[in-house]
Amino acid sequence: MSATLTEIRWHARAGQGAVTAAKLVAESALYEDKYLQAMPEYGPERTGAPLKAYTRVSTEPIEVCNNIEHPDVVIVLDETLLKVEDVAEGMNPEGAVIINTMRTPEELRADELSALPSSVTLATVDASGIAVDTIGRDIPNTPIVGALSKVRPIVAPDSIKGQLVKTFGKKFAQEMIDANLASVDRAYEEVRSE
Amino acid sequence: MATEQRTIAATGNGIVAEAYRQIEPDVICAYPITPQTTIVEEFAKFVAAGKVTTEFVTVESEHSSMSACIGSSSAGARTFTATSSQGLALMYEELFVASGLRLPIVMVNANRALSAPINIHGDHSDVMGARDTGWVILFAESAQEAYDQTIIAPRIAEANLLPVMPTLDGFITTHAIARAQVVDDAVVKDFVGTWKPEHALLDREPIMVGGFANLGNTYMKIKAAQRVAADGALASIKTIADEWAAITGRPYDHVEGYGLEDADLVIVILGSAAGNARTVARDLRASGRKVGIVKLRTYRPFPTAELAAALSRAKAVAIMDRSDSFGSFAGPLALDTMAALYAHDLHPQIRRYIYGLGGADVKLEYFRHVYDDLEASLSGAADPGLTYLGID
Repeated sequence: MSATLTEIRWHARAGQGAVTAAKLVAESALYEDKYLQAMPEYGPERTGAPLKAYTRVSTEPIEVCNNIEHPDVVIVLDETLLKVEDVAEGMNPEGAVIINTMRTPEELRADELSALPSSVTLATVDASGIAVDTIGRDIPNTPIVGALSKVRPIVAPDSIKGQLVKTFGKKFAQEMIDANLASVDRAYEEVRSE
Repeated sequence: MATEQRTIAATGNGIVAEAYRQIEPDVICAYPITPQTTIVEEFAKFVAAGKVTTEFVTVESEHSSMSACIGSSSAGARTFTATSSQGLALMYEELFVASGLRLPIVMVNANRALSAPINIHGDHSDVMGARDTGWVILFAESAQEAYDQTIIAPRIAEANLLPVMPTLDGFITTHAIARAQVVDDAVVKDFVGTWKPEHALLDREPIMVGGFANLGNTYMKIKAAQRVAADGALASIKTIADEWAAITGRPYDHVEGYGLEDADLVIVILGSAAGNARTVARDLRASGRKVGIVKLRTYRPFPTAELAAALSRAKAVAIMDRSDSFGSFAGPLALDTMAALYAHDLHPQIRRYIYGLGGADVKLEYFRHVYDDLEASLSGAADPGLTYLGID
């Protein structure tokens, strides 16, 4: 892969908004005149079932369309998945893992992620808690994108917020838009990275 | 000088729906089926919001959808629909009626596997079942190509009096978000113009559509005329596509090559996986290997001479099919390609592969493996026969 391409793999359970988040990152990249791609790995639509989604962002046109097997960034929206699957499988040894959890990176390294290479950056953020505080529901997808932009500056917070306003502007009240924007900022501030 | 364009992030289906909106056909008769549904769903919203004046006819099946399209097109209306997989299969008999009556219907197909077993994902099994129906068939690698081929489709259909099926790969292209450019509505409207058939059911001078041709050789004469029209469409597609390319700055060729100036080992492929093949070819070329790819954008009529020219200096050719023609020597694209090679007295080593059925992930390592097979074929390795990639 060329150095300009960043590949993100999302691990979540259906209903957590991972597909929306994968697309949000891709669409935000357009604000920075980058090339983008986002797609879910489609399966039966069962709420709570494990799913993966993929985002590619690049300064060059993106030609590949296969699943991402060697991600630069892994984002886990449901920490119970850490016991179910190897979320770091095949990942870039210099990459980053971002997890929605109340625990710290150190606690995870001592537990489910004991095999994670030390060269991989581990970051945690209580995206669910932030979502409940700001949006009023446990939809961790928007805040975790804020955390992503801190850990790996693939897209700037302003690009994400611009896209959120564009997406939600047509459908939701200003209050809801503001809550989502606030969740991005809070996750950006609160993410704990090694 | 290319026109001003907007850069957007859109799914393949989203951008096809946008093209439909810009073209604003007179009539759309459609039935939903995954993964095509969001095209007509989005278009139905345009109708509901009053953004288009198109008559939207909802029907109870794809068989009815194509039947209604045939009626509508016979009446002289510019008529569109969209479908996929089992829906296309259910239309099968009507596809021949549309082409036999020389009706310029446009139908985007979201390429998908066929049952059984049930599978909703992308491959080319559905569209390949339609390859002998007399429709013009185009393949898009990307959302951008899906947009461009959708806009040129009505012009191709009406210039040749042939139905046109622009296709894009189910989920891989229909549902992934990608970056693409769209032109202004007015530019599209000006490009597609309006459709006024020479003869139509609703003319003041009544005509009959769908006559009986059972005696003598009338039927055969009509089929011979259809063959002439299909062959002639090749030049017409290129002319119309070039006109659109002059507006957008995005060229269209029936056969698009990469690395062919010096490639000894060439992969022939259709649709979304071409990007994966090109990515691998680029990597291998950077390390000095003489590899290339050929992607076909026009599949029917088959660009026999253009493909043979593209493969004229290849020493070994791998043809990759995303569907099978069970019991035949190879998949459909391979059969067509080998016919083109034979007709032009070209005799490279040939390897045949089936890949990505039912949306199976098309891994980059497959292409490296295929190039290695081609390399081995040049030093006398035996042909392993038709090979399914990635089934362990």
